[in-house]
This record gives sequence, structure tokens and C-alpha cells, in this order.
Amino acid sequence: MDLFLQQTVNAFALGGTYALLALGLAVVFSIMGLINFAHGELMTIAGYTLMYCGLAGISFVFAVPLALLASMLAAVLMERIAFRPVRNSSGATMLVTSFAVAMILQVLFQNFISVRSQAVNIPDVISGSILIGGMVIGTNKLLAIVSTIVMLVLLDRFLSKQKYGIAMRAAAEDFAVARLMGIRANTVIAGAFAISGLLAGVAAILWVSQRASVDPLMGFTPVLKAFIAAILGGLGSLRGAVAGGFLLGFIEIYLAAFLPAELQEFRDPIGLGIVVLVLVMRPNGLLPAASLKAEKV
Amino acid sequence: MGQPLLQVRSLDVRYGAVQAVDGINFDVEQGEIVALLGANGAGKSSTLNALVGLVPTFSGEVIFEDNNITNIRPEMLPGLGMTLSPEGRRVFGTLSVAENLQMGAFGLRDPNEIAAAWDRVFDLFPILAERRNQFAGTLSGGQQQMLAVGRALMSNPKMLLLDEPSLGLAPKIIEQIFELIKTLNDQGVTILVVEQNVSMALDIAHRAYVLANGTVATSGAAEELAESSNLQNAYLGGA
Repeated sequence: MDLFLQQTVNAFALGGTYALLALGLAVVFSIMGLINFAHGELMTIAGYTLMYCGLAGISFVFAVPLALLASMLAAVLMERIAFRPVRNSSGATMLVTSFAVAMILQVLFQNFISVRSQAVNIPDVISGSILIGGMVIGTNKLLAIVSTIVMLVLLDRFLSKQKYGIAMRAAAEDFAVARLMGIRANTVIAGAFAISGLLAGVAAILWVSQRASVDPLMGFTPVLKAFIAAILGGLGSLRGAVAGGFLLGFIEIYLAAFLPAELQEFRDPIGLGIVVLVLVMRPNGLLPAASLKAEKV
Repeated sequence: MGQPLLQVRSLDVRYGAVQAVDGINFDVEQGEIVALLGANGAGKSSTLNALVGLVPTFSGEVIFEDNNITNIRPEMLPGLGMTLSPEGRRVFGTLSVAENLQMGAFGLRDPNEIAAAWDRVFDLFPILAERRNQFAGTLSGGQQQMLAVGRALMSNPKMLLLDEPSLGLAPKIIEQIFELIKTLNDQGVTILVVEQNVSMALDIAHRAYVLANGTVATSGAAEELAESSNLQNAYLGGA
């Protein structure tokens, strides 16, 4: 039972990180129909910011907001430089553009920082663990769960109460009509990228605090998972992205923990098999987006 | 009367090699209701969408008051005093009625002006006040049309463009909607309405332009057009 609870905490922590990443993908996709595979590189940028802050002797407390700022800024620049020129192109064009951005950034990291993995100083408080009700729980796991909840609540408040948040939901549903209301396309899209950058930054801090290292390809695997999570939840649906992220986290952790040893090498195929099964039953995902019909102008 | 509120000069809209609108000219005077009529594919919606910048104008000019708004970015229009209630209503179904209206007033800054806009729209459409917290997607077709018009009114436009306001609605509701268009016009809103429901449109309009194959086939006072018996057969795809 203890093991089960322990793994459930782990599942929430991992699922939360996937949820934040999937949410970042979904926010951008819902507004402009772009699946941004360079989302992972936003994580990597936040990771390197943490690393350089450590090298410069900046305390972790200040490094975290700097890392978030870096990934947000990078996301906004990415949109301005790479995605705005192809904004009205087909989904495929935008997808390929995002791959190009990802690869260019990876090569830049490899050439100007290092091909190898770099250590990141994580404060002892975070790499430690605490005892709750007889369970030893890593502080980083708790941090992940709390950060995820805080981010989800903040985003929900923003989208449901703030004028600009409501405008983003309107634009996600029908971009052309939102523009007719006087909602500026550039503002909404830049806002979506800033939010996705912020979410990627939080996810990166959680990811790095588990591993205490950063490398040029760091963002690839988690974002691939987040992409699966976003599809699982229903591409373009924000609630779906969160649900998909948590479900994928649970599938991965429980399989790793409870699958018999002789089946462990089939863990990933089994996990993805479950994903496929869910999609066979619900082809549009767990909580599909209300409107994929809205034309993007 | 001075210069017309809206002047469209040699408007040309193309989708690739397809010519949707072929050099049309028309004016809308301050305070008028003008109807754009025509069969499916005559170029009515393309014209409206070009006016508001949702589709690019290939050549020609659109002048609104003293502004050349040819190929304007759509988000600039409410600030100039023009809004469009689009074809098929296109309310934000996942937003509440109140949120839809709030988006209509997106560009307004003055709290008094915003409050006045709410009062006006709730006054015109009491049903929207009643259903303000309901998701717009759960409204009936007629209520959604009212919301679409109400949303377009929230920015206090001088000119309202209506694209097929009767589409898919029951006759009784259509009458209500057209009654409302007249009321708005009495309040001083200039209206350009695109319609397939010719008799209803000619009933409320001052003037009308009939489009065929992307050109103005005929135009004139609404009453005269209503009397011309061959209008249906000639331009509107039979009776």
C-alpha cells in the first residue's frame, strides 16, 4: 500500500510536468494551429539559464524567475522570427518550420555551450526528501505537484476572469471573428507563446531539479511525451492536455512500478498501446476541443 | 447628404484564379439600410469579407468616412466604427453570453461607454440578459443570431454589416430579426445587409444592389426593385 501511495505521488509529479508541457503545446495549437516541436528547446533554454546562473553564483531563488523569463522571451522571439512569416500557411508548413527551429537551436546549444550534459546546481532543500505519514517523498516531487497546481489555477483564473484571457479563448474558438471584435491577432498569438514559454520554463525547472543536469537534447523526450499527452487529451483542448498529461504520467509510473520484471522491457510499447486503445475508443481524445472547425485567417 | 459613409470603388476579389468579385462599385449613405442581394456565389459574402479585411482585396478601394480601409486589418475596424455580424452567426460557443458581449466591447476603454453598451444591448435583447451566464453554444439559432448582432453592437458602431442574418432561422424569428434591424437603423446605425431572403431584405432596405457573377447586375430603390417582376428569375436563381 505504501508503495502504491508512493508511486501515486510520483505519478502526479511526472503527470503534472507532462500536463504543463502539453498545456503549452495546446495553448499555441488552439490559437494558430501550430504544433510547436521547438517547445522542448524552450525547456532547454530555461535549463541552461539555471546552469549559467549557478555558474555565476546567482542564488536559485533568483535563477528560477530568470529561467522563466528566458523561456518566455525565447518563445515570443521564436514566434516573431520563425512562425509569423508562416502564420497563414498550412499546418504542415508550420510543423516543419518548428522542426527546423528545434534543430537550429539544438545545433547552437551543441556548438556554443557543449555537446555533453552539464551539471546544474540544485539546492539541497529540493534534492532532499521529507517524511509524510511514513512515506519518504522527494521534495522535488512535492515541488512538482505544487507548481503544477499553482500554474493550472493561475492559468484558469487568467482564462476565465481576465479580458485578455477570455480573448484568447475566443481566438482559439474562432480566430477570424475574434479579430473582428478588435482583438489583435499579433497580441493574442504573442500572448499564447509567452504563456507556452512560461509553462515550458516551469516544466524545465521541475525536470532539471529531478536530474541536476542539462544537455542540448534535453527537451526532446519530455515534449514528445507532452505531444502524446496532448493528442490523448484532444489536440487543442486545454483541459484535455491536462487530463492527457496526468493520464500519461500515471500510465508510465504504474507500469514502471507494477509491471512484472520479465515484462519491463515492453513497458513503452504497453504504455503506448494503452494510449492507442484510448484513442480507438475516443478518436478525438479524452476531452476534445470544442471547435476545430474554426477557420484560421 | 455630403459624402457617403461607405464608398466601394472597383472592388476586385480573387481566390487564386477564381474571380469572386469583379470590379463592383457601390455607396452606402449615412443612415441608410442597403441590401446586397444575389444568388449563391454571386460574390455577396466575398464583398463583405473584403470590406472587413478577412479576405484580401486584389484591386480597388474601400473608403469608410475619410479613411481608406482597403485591405485593413480586421482588428482595426471596431475602432473606426464598423462591425460585422458574420454569416452563420459564429458566436463563441464555449464562452458565456456575457463573455461574448464583453468581447464585442473589447476595444472600448471608457467605463461609462461600456456600461451604456451593455444597457443598450440588454434593452434590445432582454433574452440575452436572462441567459447571460449560459454558454452561447447552448442558445437556440434565433438567440445566437441576436447574440451575434448584440456582440457587433457592443462597440457602438456607426455602421453594421450583416451577413445573411436570416440564415437557417424560422420565419417568425426572421421577422423579429428584420424588425430589429429597422429599430437599429432608427437609432442611427447605418446598415449594409447581405441576404438571400430577397423579399424580407427589400422590405426594410432603402436601396439594394443585385450582384450576379461578381458584378452589379442592377441596383436601385428597394421599392422599385421589389416591383420589378423579373428580378427573381433574372438574377436570383429562379423563384
